[in-house]
Amino acid sequence: MIELTDVTKRYPGGHEALSNLNLAIEQGELVFLTGHSGAGKSTLLKLVAAIERPTSGHVIVNGQNVGRMKRAALPYFRRNIGLIFQDHKLLYDRNVFDNVLLPLHIQGMTGADAGKRVRAALDKVGLLKKEKARPITLSGGEQQRLCIARAIVSRPALVLADEPTANLDDAYARDIMDMFQAFNEVGVTLVISTHDQDLIRRYGGRDVRLAYGRQVSEAMA
Amino acid sequence: MRAWLAHHLHSLATAMRQFGETPLSTLFTILVIGVAVALPAGLYLLLTNLDRAADGVKPQAELTLFLKLDIDATAGRALAERIGQEADVAEVRFIDRAEGIARLESAGLADIAAGLPENPLPHTLVIKPREETVTAMEALGARLQVLPESERVLLDSDWIKRLTALMQLGRDLIFMLAVILGLALAAITANTIRLQIYAKRDEIEVARLIGATDRFIRRPYLYFGGIQGLAGGLSGWLLVMIGLGLLGDSVSQTATAYGVEFSLQALGLSELIALLSLSASLGWLGAFLSVTHTLREVETF
Ligand SMILES: Nc1ncnc2c1ncn2[C@@H]1O[C@H](COP(=O)(O)OP(=O)(O)OP(=O)(O)O)[C@@H](O)[C@H]1O
Ligand SMILES: [Mg+2]
Repeated sequence: MIELTDVTKRYPGGHEALSNLNLAIEQGELVFLTGHSGAGKSTLLKLVAAIERPTSGHVIVNGQNVGRMKRAALPYFRRNIGLIFQDHKLLYDRNVFDNVLLPLHIQGMTGADAGKRVRAALDKVGLLKKEKARPITLSGGEQQRLCIARAIVSRPALVLADEPTANLDDAYARDIMDMFQAFNEVGVTLVISTHDQDLIRRYGGRDVRLAYGRQVSEAMA
Repeated sequence: MRAWLAHHLHSLATAMRQFGETPLSTLFTILVIGVAVALPAGLYLLLTNLDRAADGVKPQAELTLFLKLDIDATAGRALAERIGQEADVAEVRFIDRAEGIARLESAGLADIAAGLPENPLPHTLVIKPREETVTAMEALGARLQVLPESERVLLDSDWIKRLTALMQLGRDLIFMLAVILGLALAAITANTIRLQIYAKRDEIEVARLIGATDRFIRRPYLYFGGIQGLAGGLSGWLLVMIGLGLLGDSVSQTATAYGVEFSLQALGLSELIALLSLSASLGWLGAFLSVTHTLREVETF
């Protein structure tokens, strides 16, 4: 499903965030990305989501070469990926329901069908009762869950989560990981970056460790 | 189809919400556009009214052909008959020399007429051309001049020349003004939209990250530009109407004082529709240019 071959990412200014990385992720896998701050975890996720282009090497996702993708094809490519951002990227000028509705709306889905899907997604993350609330009034954990609801509402086959449990207490973190595990059990491919080693130990899955832009170890917990 | 419609309605609602979010600056922008629209529209109205007024006042476009003194009335009438057949002549009137003297007398020149030993006037033809343009009248005059019976042709086309030139100048001026202010309208819209997009950068970024196409992002702004242009056009029309209302009475009074029936005419329905669709399209165009340009600026990938 995801294939990185000899991938190097150099940011403007010359900093090399990833160096000659090789990595393959199969459909249905649960993969943790770990490593020190600045190791290149977010960069890797951004390459897979076509938010950044590789400086050299190939990034193939769902058979499509991200580096060579045309601008016009980008939106349709991204619709197949559920993105969970470290900083949530919620829209604070609309309520919880409308935040989750946005991806469906972008894909041309409206009306009762869309409403049902939004409620199902909110139900999954336990925010059904807060559908009318503004995101700003939610706690950090609730905002994180809202971001997850938005990522899964269009039922993507691939979900990328950048430190979804950072800044959350243990109970919240476990809630969210339980959710991810449930998605994974129904066949969703998940790539999750995290600092939390306990989490990985508890949930199992593949652990890809990066250091200074290179893969240093690979383990199955 | 339903999804498409729903999306357009949603874009429209988003655009309207945008108006609601910044009512004061929106109102101000609409007023500025209104002034930009009202200037050429008002001038256009002034010109059409002037044209109408001139129609009522201007003398008949006529050529006067004085026949040679040795041409008698029968030959004169025959000539009138012949000229009347010409394609570019609408009407020919034969004025007998006796009738000419009578006219002088009735015009209050009886003393002079009485003092003349004999009638010095020739028979005269008054010819109305079909086309009241300078070129048509001059061509006809030249042909009449070379007739053997003709002594002299009097052709009063100067006033037509002046009026036509003045009207053309007015039209050119209005056209130029309309182009300049049309550009201003588009630029005003482009600027408001640009500010809006900068204010909504985050939202645009998020929408893009979850798969929004440029078209999707652009649409509410296009609606906004179009509606703002339309509202501006309407306010411009209102300004013109107010101006007409203020001027109307004094114009009628002036006309009455000169013994003519005249009242200012407002923009017709088709002119109003043309005005509104033009201002709406210019708003849309300004929005399109601005949003396309600004979206490239906030581009990431
Ligand atoms: N847009 C950018 N421009 C320049 N340098 C960048 C940019 N984004 C990231 N970097 C650099 O690339 C390196 C890798 O960054 P990245 O965000 O991938 O690390 P990370 O593993 O996600 O770290 P963290 O755990 O702190 O989130 C860092 O040194 C960072 O400073
Ligand atoms: Mg990171």
